[in-house]
This record gives sequence, C-alpha cells and structure tokens, in this order.
Amino acid sequence: MTTMTTTERPPKLIGEPIKRREDPRLITGQGTYVDDLQPAGTLHMAIVRSPYAHARVTRIDVSAARQAPGVVDVLTPDEVKQNSEPIPVAAQLEGMQMPVRYALTGDEVRFVGEPVVAVVAEDRYLAADAAALVEVEYEELPVVVDPEAALESGGALVHEELGTNLCVVSPIGDAEAAGRAIDGAEVVIRQRLMNHRLIPNPIEPRAVLAHYEPGPATMTVWSSTQIPHLLKTLLSGCVRLPEQRFRVVAPDVGGGFGCKLNVYPEEILAALASRRLERPVKFVETRQENFVATIHGRDLIGHVELGAKRDGMLVGCRIKVIADIGAYQHLLTAAIPTLTALMLQGCYKIPALSGEIVEVFTNKTPTDAYRGAGRPEATYYLERSMDLLAAELGMDPAELRRKNFIRADEFPFETTTGAIYDSGDYETSLDKALAVVGYSDLRNEQARLRREGCYLGVGLATYVEICGVGPSSSMPAGGWEMGTVRVERTGKVTVLTGVSPHGQGEETSFAQIVAERLGVEMDDVTIIHSDTAQVSAGIGTFGSRSLAVGGTALVMSLDKVEAKAKRFASHAMELKADDVEFEAGRVFVKGSPEKAMTLPEIATLAYNAVDLPPDTEPGLEATSYFEPGNCTYPFGTHVAVVEVDPISGTIDLQRFVSADDCGNIINPMIVEGQIHGGLAQGIAQALYEEAVYDENGQLLTGSLMDYAVPSADQLPTFELASTVTPTDVNPLGAKGVGEAGTIGSTPAVVNAVVDALSPLGIKHIEMMLRPQRVWEAIESAKKGAR
Amino acid sequence: MSEISVTVNGEKHREEVEPRLLLVHWLREQLRLTGTHVGCDTSQCGACTVVMDGKSVKSCTVLAVQADGSELLTIEGLGKDGLHPVQQGFWDQHGLQCGYCTPGMIMAAYQLLQSQPDPSEAEIRTGLRGNLCRCTGYQNIVKAVQQAAETTR
Repeated sequence: MTTMTTTERPPKLIGEPIKRREDPRLITGQGTYVDDLQPAGTLHMAIVRSPYAHARVTRIDVSAARQAPGVVDVLTPDEVKQNSEPIPVAAQLEGMQMPVRYALTGDEVRFVGEPVVAVVAEDRYLAADAAALVEVEYEELPVVVDPEAALESGGALVHEELGTNLCVVSPIGDAEAAGRAIDGAEVVIRQRLMNHRLIPNPIEPRAVLAHYEPGPATMTVWSSTQIPHLLKTLLSGCVRLPEQRFRVVAPDVGGGFGCKLNVYPEEILAALASRRLERPVKFVETRQENFVATIHGRDLIGHVELGAKRDGMLVGCRIKVIADIGAYQHLLTAAIPTLTALMLQGCYKIPALSGEIVEVFTNKTPTDAYRGAGRPEATYYLERSMDLLAAELGMDPAELRRKNFIRADEFPFETTTGAIYDSGDYETSLDKALAVVGYSDLRNEQARLRREGCYLGVGLATYVEICGVGPSSSMPAGGWEMGTVRVERTGKVTVLTGVSPHGQGEETSFAQIVAERLGVEMDDVTIIHSDTAQVSAGIGTFGSRSLAVGGTALVMSLDKVEAKAKRFASHAMELKADDVEFEAGRVFVKGSPEKAMTLPEIATLAYNAVDLPPDTEPGLEATSYFEPGNCTYPFGTHVAVVEVDPISGTIDLQRFVSADDCGNIINPMIVEGQIHGGLAQGIAQALYEEAVYDENGQLLTGSLMDYAVPSADQLPTFELASTVTPTDVNPLGAKGVGEAGTIGSTPAVVNAVVDALSPLGIKHIEMMLRPQRVWEAIESAKKGAR
Repeated sequence: MSEISVTVNGEKHREEVEPRLLLVHWLREQLRLTGTHVGCDTSQCGACTVVMDGKSVKSCTVLAVQADGSELLTIEGLGKDGLHPVQQGFWDQHGLQCGYCTPGMIMAAYQLLQSQPDPSEAEIRTGLRGNLCRCTGYQNIVKAVQQAAETTR
C-alpha cells in the first residue's frame, strides 16, 4: 500500500476541448487508408459498368480481356451468381417488393454504373486497359426516371417480374383524424416540396482490399467502411466463407456520411477473386464511379397539407411522400424514408398527423443513408410549411413556431408518429439563436433595405432529430454497442470499442472519458476500434450513435473495472469493499484518503493472482454491451441571413447562426467541428448540390466538375451557440451531433431566400436554388404583378 | 519506358517509368509516399496536391515524366524536422476530421502562405478554392491557416 502525499484529482478531461490524438499521423502523411496498403502480390480490380440506365444484356465477350497483358482473372455474372449470395438487404418492410441482385448483373442492367464484369490484373493501369476490351452488347429498354409517373399503370417497369414499380407503401398516424383536422381547419396550406437527390462524396472514394490466405484458410478484408463488424457477418455470408475465419479491418477511413454503411458489389467481387486467386485483390473507386456506383441520398417528394387556426395554433398535418429509391434496395434503403415519417411532427404539438410513404423503383443509382438520413427531409417539409403558414397568417415565423412548441415541462413527449422525445427546451434554443443573430434589429434593417430595393431575407428553422440509434427493436441488426476496458498489468489502459470512427474523433473523446474516470494520463489509454480480430463485437458508426451508445458501453465497463479494483484493494488492505472508494486512479479508505492503492498496484495484484479475493477471477478487465432504452432527440435552431440579387438571381449567404443542443458534451471542439461540417452539407443542398438525371437515366452531374461540392469560398463563417439539455437515456447524458448541422440548415436557407423575395409575392422556390431558378421565379413574379 | 530524375523531399530519385504513369501513382506506389491522396479524377478535389518547383500542383494531373528534373515537396517532407506551422495550425485548430483531404490541403495552404504571407480570410478562402474538404465546412481550416500565418510572420 502506498501512502499518498497528495489527494488531488488529476486534471478534468470530460468537457474540455482536447486536441485530437488522431491528428499527428494524419497531418504528416502517416495515416493508413485502404489504398495505402500494398501487400506483396497485390492485384487490382477494374469494373465494367453499364452505360445504359435500362437494357438487356445480350452478349458478354471477355476473350480479348483475358488475353490482355497482366490480366490474371475475369469475373462474369454467371460465375458470380454461382459462387455468391445476393447483395444483402437488411431493412425489410412489411409488404415490400424486393428484387434479388447479385454483385454482377447477368441478363439486365437497371442503372448507369451497375457492374457487369470484373477484371483483375497486375496493376490498376493494366486492369483498366483490359476492362476496356470487354465487349458487352446491350438492347436498350424503356427507362423509368420520374417516380410519380412510374406509379401510373401501363408504363415502363424497372423490374418486369414484379409487375409494378411500387416497392412499398408505409402508412403512419391516424389518417381519419388528420383528415378531419385538415377539413375543419381555418387555414390550410398545401405545397409540393421536393427534397432532391444528393451524392454523398466523401473525399476518399470507396476502397477494398481482400486477402485470402490458403494455409490458415482465412480471409482478411480491409474496407473503407463504417461497419466492420456487420460487414464481416454479411460479407462472409455472401462469399460463403465461415465468419470465424473472416476478418474485416477499417483502417483510416476518409469520410463516410452514411454511404460507407453498406455492403457493396465490389467488396463481394474482391473477396471472390482473392479466394480464387489466393492473392490480395484491391479495388479503389474512381470519383466518377463513386458518383454512379455508391449510394445516393434523399430524393423524396413531399405533398404537405398543414392546417391551423387563425391564431396560428396547428390542428393537423397530412403528408404523402414519394421516395425515389433507384433501381434496387441496398442495406437500409427502404428504412430511410420511414425515419422521415417518424420525425414529421418536429418540435410542435400537432394534434392529428398522418402520412403515407410510397417508395418507388426507378432506373437510377439506389439511395440509402446520407448524413441526416430521413430527418433533413422531414424537417424540410415541416419548416418550409411553417413559413408558408406564417406568411398566410401574416405572423412572424419565429412567433408561429414559439406558439406551437412542445414546452420544456412536457418531456418525455410522445409524438403522434410514435417517437418518444427524451428531453428538450425548444424555446430557449430559439431565443438564443434569435439573440445571436439580432433578430428584431435584422427585421428593422430588412424593412429599411426593402425601401431601397434590396432583398435581404432572414430564414429560420427549428428542428428535432433522432440520434443514438437505437434500441435493437428498431434496428435490423441490433442497436446495442460493445465496449471493453482493460487495465494492463502496468496500469496502462487498453480500450476496445465496437464503433468505427472515421473522422469523428473517438480516439480522443473516448480516451477523455476513460482517462478521467480511471485517473490516468490520456497517453496511457489506447482506443482500439474497427478491427474484428481485435474487437470482439460491434455495430458501427452511424446515426450519431458512437458516444451515446458506444461511449455508454465503456462507462458500464468502467463501473465494473472500478468495482473489481475495489475488491482487490480492499482485500489487500484487509477491509470490506464497502470501506473503500475509487477515485482518480486510486482506491482509498473511506475517511482516510491517505491510505490508498494506485491502479498499477491493484493491476499487479489482479494479474499475479496469488491472493485473490473470494469469488474473484484474476485480471482487471470488463466488457459490456449497452442496449439503449430509447433513441435520443437533439434539437436546435438555425438562422440564415441572405441577400438576393434580383438582376442575376444570385444568393449571398451573409450569415448563418446555429444554436444546437446535443446534450452533455465530452469535447466541445469536436462537437463544433461536427456542426460546421453538417452545416456545410445542409447549406450546400439548398444552394449548390443536386444530382440531375436526364430522360434517359444518364446522370448529368456525374463528376466533381458538374456536381458542386462547396469550396471554402462558397461558405460563410458560422456563428455557433448552444444549449445543453441532457438526456436520461444514457448515463453520459449525451445525445449525438454528427448529423444535426444538415437538418435545420437546408430549410433555414430556403426560408431566407423566400423571405427575401416575399415583397415580390413569391411564396416558394424549389431547391436547389441555382441562380437561374431564382431569377426565373423573380421574373415570373414580376410578370404576374404587371 | 522513360528515365526520370526527380528530387523528392530533398532526396534524388532516378527511375524508369511508363510515359503514362501519373505523378501521384509514382509517388504513392513506387516511392511509397502514401501521404499524397487521390480523391477525384478531374482535378477538382486537390487531395493530391504537392509542391513542384515552388508551385502547388495536382499530382493526379501531372505525368511522372513531366516532373523530370524538378524538385518536389510532399506532406512527408514538410514536417521532416518537426511539425511545420501549417501542420501545427491544422492540429491546434481542429482543421481536419477524416484527414483524407488534409495532406493536399496543407500543401496548398503552405504554398498559399509562400505567395501571400499575410492573407485575409477572404484570400484564404479563395486561395484554397482548388481543394475540397467534405468534413470541416472549412471554418477551422481557415483558422489553421490564420494561425500558421501569424506564427511564421
């Protein structure tokens, strides 16, 4: 036993803006992304893709490709179908049509970019050369592009064998009650609102390296994925290898935003090829492949009806959503629009609400989770509608929102859509955002500028979203998370987590939690993640769940480690476990804090194990699975200030204020970074980014030359404010922040632009707000006024 | 095959390359300098930015043979003797998240500060227009470059 000379706690870490431990490797070029790996003998795979949106494949001739220099193997659809299972679809809704899709398409292609043949060669240049020699003959078929037209009978079909383009219809809420409420409302606004298709575009395209080793009969797959553990289970099944000899590693991953939360054909193909060739096989997407072959996001048309009394009190909402999901389901495709349905009520008390979510096949790239995944769409519909209603009633949009908020004393609050909001204080968030932006001064300024012929607009959006997903009952593969805390013999700490950070900084924030709780230096804590051979189990990083669910699993393990440390120490000190306390890396005698044992001393006892306490196993390690009882519901207020040039239709986004509440915060620097990035993507949907297809199903915005991922000079400096309303869903009180920025920002910008142009009588302009579209709206409003 | 002679991070390399080999692939796959990344194929993203004879270039749009006789600086060379102020700025100001665009962004920022040692915020934003970041919204990248400008001034 050591007699401590000091009982001071080590520095506080939780809640501090600690610089990231990930960064030294990443800023010096020492990061390791999949394409940086080059085991001896690595082969490269290139994919021959469909140039047509819909065609019958009448002939495939790979003979020239097989003869090409450096070619080792060519995979064709027939072999792939024989040797693998279909691409997995986890989200299966009641009554859903689910076409089967293999990694290579045999007889028919249904979107531009669909893989047809895979070529494996000694290097990436030779693979590309050989892929160009593959001859595929196509017979073009009628193309389905418009999801609303696709629902009419007698038209072209994406999947002939289904006899319909309708994938699934999911009703929500009480249609009769909502109908009565709308019919009886004093004011009803009705609007078709398009939340258009986006392309996620992480700067690292998808990459996979599969290495089958015949001796031990093991497969190792390095993939740029957000879900290494789920990928291990699903991919091993796809290529019919035993899961226990299948390892997936996600090394440094260059951004995901939901699009790397999937099982892709190229992962199956690389694994199949490696198994056959017994050599490492690598596939790295080009950016132009990424545009067509990685999932897209959003693409939901909403027909909204919102009813209210003259005084602004909401009475009912009815919505029909038509989701263009593309040609096939991917892992979670069908579930994403149902999140839109769940979150339709937003921050408000709406006594009656109903909806119908109609998911439709078209000849386009499949959609799936993209940052926000369902909540940005719901928030866009509701927050645009609130502004339309405010305009109709002649009310200030902030006051209309305030009037209808769920009040802070009404939580937990069950929505008519079945969500149970854990905690919230929407009015305080609104007040804070309005104070930061200087709302009343801005309105005065706006009135003054309008007299001068300047079009200044202020746009608001209040949002509530869903994070910390989630209870396993709401997830197709479980919603828990796993965390292990191991105190080594020396007192150093190894942490294993089932989440898979790819930019979110959990190597830092998790170490803050563990180091503070155990009273050790952060340098003495190592966070291991994203390797299924090291980390026993996990779900992954998405749905802003890493801290709320994965962090909580660690807190549970910390509790267990502390309890066990107390047993070892009290036994050594010949006391009862209740007579000692654990604090700041030491166990001390209650009332006599100078009598203590340090963590390394306790660890030595635990592993030497010569004098074990009764009923205690050696070792100082604990593993926990946290199964959350509910999701968490972060919220906030976003405000955009724009000036619109009526001559050119260009929009100057002058200011953007974001007041976000993600519950308790571990590292405020990381939280702010997450918000910044989310805002950039949400603002970009309003102003810059749109996936555009032509009538032949060709993606016109198929490269970074044509699809405007914003650059630094296209975004303002964001003004952040925050409130903190903890959740009781987990002991950290943390809700999640990865997606918040994308959710309120899009409607805030559109509301601001419409507000700016409201003197012209403009009530709505469809996103994305390219200058031409804004200019046309201005011109047609002027003509109408003449 | 063509012979090229290139100085990379102060070290001279003389090698045979295929005429069509891109500079970025030569750096990554032959010299194994994998800090320089590839993010697109149309010269928009800038993840492959390196400094060639004092100018930043997108190494996915330069053939290795075009680099013959030149001096290159890559992310690995920038911090050889301890973190460069630009690297330090990115670390201190949380100027990166996933880190994939970061080496190219740092090299572009380094070159920007060489030509404009005291840039305004607008000049930083315009100067980095050729490099895309999908994670940060650029705000902390701007702060990182401002910090670097202050410390090197």
